[in-house]
Amino acid sequence: MNMAPDLPLWAAIAVALLVLGGAAMALIGSIGLLRFDNFYNRLHPPTLGTSSGTVLICAASILCFSILGTRLSVHEVLVVLFMTVTTPVTFMLLARAALYRDRIEGNPDVPKSDG
Amino acid sequence: MSAQILGLALTLGQLMLGLGLLCATYRLMVGPRAQDRVLGLDSLYVNAMLMLLVFGIRTGKTVYFEAALIIAILGFAATMALAKFLMRGEVIE
Repeated sequence: MNMAPDLPLWAAIAVALLVLGGAAMALIGSIGLLRFDNFYNRLHPPTLGTSSGTVLICAASILCFSILGTRLSVHEVLVVLFMTVTTPVTFMLLARAALYRDRIEGNPDVPKSDG
Repeated sequence: MSAQILGLALTLGQLMLGLGLLCATYRLMVGPRAQDRVLGLDSLYVNAMLMLLVFGIRTGKTVYFEAALIIAILGFAATMALAKFLMRGEVIE
């Protein structure tokens, strides 16, 4: 419980706000995933966690480890870069797969084709 | 003082991420169709990765960061393969 590292006060407040913001973003995204009623609506909220949640928590980690190690530590940028690049690819592919399956089955509530 | 502020905020953040994990698990278990389950799995591993990063801040060790990076990479591969499977019925053609 009381294992938190010993940072100066301003850094502790900044890290606390960044972690709370990132966790709140991830929680809002997951609640949206739980509550929306359609797969094509449900595809949108998790990106809140993968974009702003990841950015805020990685910023908190960069700040914390930069002050603890007294030098700039930037490997968390790798996680941000990787999530930002891969999330649109996976979700586009998943949406195309779902659209394909729905059109094969002839479900009525499928988005219209534009062709 | 500052360690108490940080400890409280880290505990609250871990609680919120745990609730997010529960929501994603519900979608993974219940989700009406296969694509909902894949989406729940994707959200589950993103929340778990954020949880590991917060745990790394709490303990001050960099081991957890490496685990989070591996979860991000392998989760991308897993979701990609599952989406390909839903589309074609096989992963490697």
